[in-house]
Amino acid sequence: MRNEYDVVVIGAGSIGVPLSYFLGKKGFKSLVIDSKASPGQGSNKAAIGGIRATHSSPAKIIIGLKSLDIFRNWEQETGDDIEYYQGGYAFITYQEEDRKSLKELIKFQQQFGLKIDFYEKDEILKIIPALNSEGLLGGTYSPEDGSASPLLSIESFYKNARKYGVEFRFNEKVESFNTKDGKIESVKTDRGTYYGKIFVNAAGGDAARVADLAGVKIPVMPDSHEGGVTEPVSRFVEPMIVDIKPEKGSKNFYFYQHKTGQIIFCLTPDPPIWGDDTRETSSFLPLVARRMVKVMPKLHYIRVRRTWRGLYPMTPDGNPIVGYKGYSNFFQLVGMCGQGFMLGPGLGYYISEYLEGKKYEEIETILKEFDPDRKFEAEELLK
Amino acid sequence: MSDFRIRTHPIIKVTPAVKIKFKFKGKELEAREGETIASALYANGIRIFGRHQKDNAPLGIFCANGQCDQCKVIANGITVKACMTKVSEGMEVYPLEGLPEVPESNGNFEFQDIKELQYQVLIIGGGPAGLRAATVIGEKGVKTLLVDDKNHLGGKLVLQTHKFFGSVEACYAGMRGIDIARKLEEEVNACPSVDIWLNSVVIWVFSDGKVGILRDQKEYILVKPEIILVSAGAREKSILFQGNTLPGVYGAGAFQTLVNRDLVRAAEKLFVIGGGNVGLIAAYHALQAGIEVVGLCEIMPEVGGYSVHKEKLLKLGVPVFTSHTVLKVEGSEKVESITIAEVDKNFIVKEGTEKTFQCDTVLVAVGLDPVNEFYEKAKQFGIKVFSAGDSEEIAEASSAIFSGKIRGLEILKELGLYEGQIPSELYETQKVLKSKPGKIFEMSYPNIKQGVYPVLNCVQEIPCNPCTTICPRDSIKIDGSIMNPPVYTGGCIGCEMCVAICPGLAITLVDFRKGEPIVTIPFEFNDGILETGQEVEVTDRLGRVLGNGTVIGFRYAEKVKTIPVKTKMVKLKVPREIAEQVSGIKITTVKEPISKNANVIPDDAIVCRCERVTAGEIRKLIRQGVRDMNEIKAITRAGMGACQGKTCTNLIKRLFKEEGVKEGEFTEWDKRPLFMEVTLGTLAGIKEKKNEK
Repeated sequence: MRNEYDVVVIGAGSIGVPLSYFLGKKGFKSLVIDSKASPGQGSNKAAIGGIRATHSSPAKIIIGLKSLDIFRNWEQETGDDIEYYQGGYAFITYQEEDRKSLKELIKFQQQFGLKIDFYEKDEILKIIPALNSEGLLGGTYSPEDGSASPLLSIESFYKNARKYGVEFRFNEKVESFNTKDGKIESVKTDRGTYYGKIFVNAAGGDAARVADLAGVKIPVMPDSHEGGVTEPVSRFVEPMIVDIKPEKGSKNFYFYQHKTGQIIFCLTPDPPIWGDDTRETSSFLPLVARRMVKVMPKLHYIRVRRTWRGLYPMTPDGNPIVGYKGYSNFFQLVGMCGQGFMLGPGLGYYISEYLEGKKYEEIETILKEFDPDRKFEAEELLK
Repeated sequence: MSDFRIRTHPIIKVTPAVKIKFKFKGKELEAREGETIASALYANGIRIFGRHQKDNAPLGIFCANGQCDQCKVIANGITVKACMTKVSEGMEVYPLEGLPEVPESNGNFEFQDIKELQYQVLIIGGGPAGLRAATVIGEKGVKTLLVDDKNHLGGKLVLQTHKFFGSVEACYAGMRGIDIARKLEEEVNACPSVDIWLNSVVIWVFSDGKVGILRDQKEYILVKPEIILVSAGAREKSILFQGNTLPGVYGAGAFQTLVNRDLVRAAEKLFVIGGGNVGLIAAYHALQAGIEVVGLCEIMPEVGGYSVHKEKLLKLGVPVFTSHTVLKVEGSEKVESITIAEVDKNFIVKEGTEKTFQCDTVLVAVGLDPVNEFYEKAKQFGIKVFSAGDSEEIAEASSAIFSGKIRGLEILKELGLYEGQIPSELYETQKVLKSKPGKIFEMSYPNIKQGVYPVLNCVQEIPCNPCTTICPRDSIKIDGSIMNPPVYTGGCIGCEMCVAICPGLAITLVDFRKGEPIVTIPFEFNDGILETGQEVEVTDRLGRVLGNGTVIGFRYAEKVKTIPVKTKMVKLKVPREIAEQVSGIKITTVKEPISKNANVIPDDAIVCRCERVTAGEIRKLIRQGVRDMNEIKAITRAGMGACQGKTCTNLIKRLFKEEGVKEGEFTEWDKRPLFMEVTLGTLAGIKEKKNEK
């Protein structure tokens, strides 16, 4: 008997697992395939856990709002604690030009009804008293954004997807696709062949290779960022702090205090480190530690416990690629540019609706903005 | 006031220290200047240092080595690891209950760039292997950095008060560990091209070939070596039982640190789990420190360590329970009792054989694992790397010294500073030195009853030869390999050098020359325990009481020939018929078990002590089909704590095995930086300017 599915998802990560959950909930017979041993073992577990709707493009805002909605209500819905914490986001600034661009951006964000404001120095210090006040020029604060544990979240999506009958195959590497009449008929792994009506590429950092197996070219190329976590301490900071000022060796960096007390942090290296190397480097810790302690001096007391390096599957314009490409049943859900964890649930929800045949404004906005065949020109203002 | 200090020690010289005052929970206590907060608290009888944020469980010393964070306290407002932080005059110490508050900071810092240094060779670990390798390399002028996380060189040797086995020629057999450490240290100090950083921890080996080192606990430095030698020693394995994380349950290494380094009487009544050399020796060290040893259990039918080490305990009257396992340790806030039970040949507990003993400390000494993560990482990253000593393969320190020598030569060869082949005999010797103890032969006593002669209570194949080397008459011989037991061939002059040097304390001298036999046996205990004229119970080598003897005198041998053995011997007048069998003096009385019904709940045992994850939680996941240790980590947080999976990794693997999942059928988790926690301030390179505590 052939292994027949409505949807075959390649990649059990930040995107594939939530998508499969919503597909399962709608009654699709779905299969998720991953080369790793369990869900989220690619870039998901490297995510630091921030979730926001305060993006700078309509589609991302739509998805972000939906994601927040899902995370916020998750425990009530499923009974699973995913350590969601609504601490907000704060983009802080110590440079006049950033202050200007942040103020510009919030006007745009406010149009979408997002709760975000710019706070001058003294006001932002009331929200984040531990900030270094010297040279501080204020910052934005969006109290409805938050964070959750990527590890617990994906486990819960995975567990609940299986409840709805979604099948998962781990330790299986996709080797080839069989195509017929402009459609993908089946996918072959090192362990089996699976037939489906729709194939979704949700392979994260490996997405370009997977698409290429079907002869489809998508402009996704990973670069790598390192992150880390400290010992847990009593709560003293609410929002995710993002400092967009570039310094030698890095662009922006960000950190927050997780629900369980740890400080989790990440830094964007400059120049970017292209490729899928996730081995630890010696340059990360001194660089990020100095930036963090400068922005928040009392962090100097806290011990770093663990670091890791994950992939940002980048596209030329910094926006995801969402839509059919190459074959009429080969759906790309790739190029999340480091935001897979926060976009995954919202995107999974809307795309499951779309695959069910629904079409409404939000879906159209997403498909238009993230069209695989768009010209990759615009660069997102603030990532 | 309770005093838990060791004031006199038969082997270690107790030097007076400056006394300082500090406070714990507002109460003034006394400490010795230079000791850690952990030792100071223990010396004052304080075992509970804080409570876990998850379940309020009491926490105390576990690793005594900065690797976990079970001993965290708040000292002068800042959270510190008590085992790594020195106590200071007037220090205010509070237990850490739940999550720590982060103190405020005025941010008045200067930053300095993280230094990057180049070395030809980096040696990680200054124990027996690392020291010997450093000398071999250093003698050729190679620019070498030797890093050790302790404040002294010698590794675990400095905690080893007993005499060492092995061969006199190859590795200083017959000398005490502490003296061997000094010798190795002197040798390396004579090499000017070797830089030594003490109190310095290697944090990680990175993919770019640089090694992050926390120097002297305060400065983060990157070192780029051409070659790395990992000689970082071993870490202790753990096992699961109910009550395994109660304060008072810890590893033999931590115990030896407290007792032999800090001279803290860390226990009053001790029970030891595990009959390898580490457990046997730790029990013996405890006795020497005046601690009562209630017993030792070993799950196998015979102890894994040297038989002579076991016999040292038996002779003193300590019961050794073979084919016994631990069922549980109980106590309301700290250890109060242990329950053991006999197992059958399949290691299944025999019902009705449970025995419960009162004790306040349980040492887990169930084997060692190599500290090999730096080796593996370096290999993975294509860095030239060697490993020596326990980091390569668990064996005795004597073997580690010799492997350090060989690795040193191999590194010289790699650097083009050694011509020709490294002699194959060296590898042969190394092979012998690392041999596990072998066959035990039947003991046969001589029955000469005249003159003077040694009795060699040495019937097991172990790599050891000091007695044959030292005998001035060449009367003791080993046929072939030094693994074979020695044989007395006649001609003894009664010099007692063999008695004094034997690391196993297995040689006695029987002297019939004055008619009534006098037996000389080694006795490494404080003066005052025995007095001249005292009547004592004497035992054979297995602790069986033979009858009574009378102490007629003592002798102390500082050196035999040039070897510093520092051994006290006692002379006993004993009945003629038992003279050859007498091998020990019983100084402890066997405690009868307090009977109780044992009720095992292994699901309660804590697998990950940092994050308080139980065996039951993990077992449930394995039964649900989880086959990726990363997934277990993601769900339970096991392995995500301060120690980074150093203890629980093997325990989880064992749970898989118990559930019938073989190695290879599950995915192991990734090892990630950091080896030990480091503050963001140190990593940032801050230098505090002023006005900040």
